[in-house]
Amino acid sequence: MNVASLSSPRADSKYEIAHLKLVPKRHVGRMVTAAVVLVLLATLVRAFSVGQIEWSYVRDFLFAPAILDGLVNTLLMTVAAMGLGIVLGVLIAIMRISGNPVLSSIAIAYVWIFRGAPALLQLMLWFNLALIFPTMGIPGLFEVRTVDVMTPFVAAVLGLGISQGAYTSEVVRSGLLSVDSGQYEAARTIGMTQMMMLRRIVLPQAMRVMVPPVGNEVIGMVKLTSLASVIQYSEILHNAQIIYFANTRVLELLLVASFWYLAVVSVLSIGQHYIERYFGRGSKSIRSSM
Amino acid sequence: MNQDILVKAIDVTKNYGHFRALDKVSLDVARGEVSCIIGPSGSGKSTLLRCINLLERMDGGAIWVNDELIGYRREGNNLHEFSDAEISRQRRRIGMVFQRFNLFPHKTAVENIIEGPVQVLGEPVKEARQRALALLERVGLADKANHYPSELSGGQQQRVAIARAMGMRPDLILFDEPTSALDPELVSEVLDVMKDLAASGMTMIVVTHELGFARNVANTVTFMETGKVVETGLASEVLSAPRSARTAEFIKAVHS
Ligand SMILES: Nc1ncnc2c1ncn2[C@@H]1O[C@H](COP(=O)(O)OP(=O)(O)OP(=O)(O)O)[C@@H](O)[C@H]1O
Ligand SMILES: [Mg+2]
Repeated sequence: MNVASLSSPRADSKYEIAHLKLVPKRHVGRMVTAAVVLVLLATLVRAFSVGQIEWSYVRDFLFAPAILDGLVNTLLMTVAAMGLGIVLGVLIAIMRISGNPVLSSIAIAYVWIFRGAPALLQLMLWFNLALIFPTMGIPGLFEVRTVDVMTPFVAAVLGLGISQGAYTSEVVRSGLLSVDSGQYEAARTIGMTQMMMLRRIVLPQAMRVMVPPVGNEVIGMVKLTSLASVIQYSEILHNAQIIYFANTRVLELLLVASFWYLAVVSVLSIGQHYIERYFGRGSKSIRSSM
Repeated sequence: MNQDILVKAIDVTKNYGHFRALDKVSLDVARGEVSCIIGPSGSGKSTLLRCINLLERMDGGAIWVNDELIGYRREGNNLHEFSDAEISRQRRRIGMVFQRFNLFPHKTAVENIIEGPVQVLGEPVKEARQRALALLERVGLADKANHYPSELSGGQQQRVAIARAMGMRPDLILFDEPTSALDPELVSEVLDVMKDLAASGMTMIVVTHELGFARNVANTVTFMETGKVVETGLASEVLSAPRSARTAEFIKAVHS
């Protein structure tokens, strides 16, 4: 093609692009949905502002000592129960894949039983253990009264942690299965023992797969701890209830509690992002192109 | 037992269910020797290597490495199976390089190499690191020490894997088709490292389809088929003037 033909007026104008203007795509659907959402939101805000909510109560109780104490107890319970859940989960998952028929049967039975009953029920079982075992201990060595040991805190940690362990073990197991068998073999050929291989090579890689679902479970646990209010553990919901029994500001105090749950969950979500980044090291990142 | 024999396998047999993957395989490898195992797919080459370092349990026969019976302790006429810890101790002396590299993806090149020396052999980190860097230098990857496996090419990964095996100061390194997963242009960089290793006196058992490497580097070549050793002998003899018609056929097929 020569230059003359390009610049000649008879050249096909279809290929002249300099004067063309790019018109952005009109996202009509998006604009409509946004409008609908805004209207709904405005209605909701209006409803709350004309509704019989005393916002001053929400503000005053947000940082009330009883609420903050409850928040601390909620966090303590989350850490303790989830900690127990993760330890049990890892243990049970390793037992399950150990190839030892006794251990793997125990693991299967554990998951079957503790996934089979509601967490609330398990919590109440532990709390009421004294009804069937008034004392516990090793005969002749030591003995304690069950009611002294089975405080609301202990009962809730056991109830929530043990049932969580059953769920978490399945997450851990899928993580272990996700690690290529070549990794197990490479670890063995450099002379690692079974435990060393799991700790140094397999679990760190399984973490990449395990962190998102475990993060999910931690967030679930934050809210599950509210069940402990049933057995008089002073977590945040329990304390909010005590306050509203006294001052009848039910909704205001429930909003206070919701605020704190949401705050904790937000912080945890951010934390999860960083943990994922740590365990993803060395792997190519998968980014959606959408 | 002969002083010079490092690996001695006698009548090694391995079954998978009713399928016999290894049928009375015997093999001698002298110290400092490079022994190549060739043969068609499914002939049991990998299985034999995996029996030597106890990744598979044998169903019959016995293997000695460095005059030590592999996997069992002999008491009179009884063979007692080793515990997990004892098996790990024996494996330390036997390196292995895999077709698919199997580097630890969450560790950098240098971390891959020091993992065994530090965790298993209890070497101080600083010392292990220095040795690892020297090994990386030797396989031509001094500048890649802090790269993760995902940031390395296949040939580079395999060279790190060889350095990882060397890091344990083994008596013996097993190679299971170390170049089969590589793009053709990357094969020679790995073979060069192996050549260098052979020249340094390392005892190597190499399962390979690279007959050129076998011809130039190996001392002995063993041809296997359907779980049996068909022919074994000096590399030059087996490759140039095979006694068995099957061996000749296989060599011809690989070359064309
Ligand atoms: N875990 C297993 N279970 C059942 N059969 C197996 C198993 N591993 C290997 N085999 C069978 O044993 C035979 C020998 O396998 P092996 O991997 O040793 O062959 P190979 O000579 O290394 O072949 P290739 O060149 O394809 O790697 C094959 O027929 C294979 O199907
Ligand atoms: Mg093979």
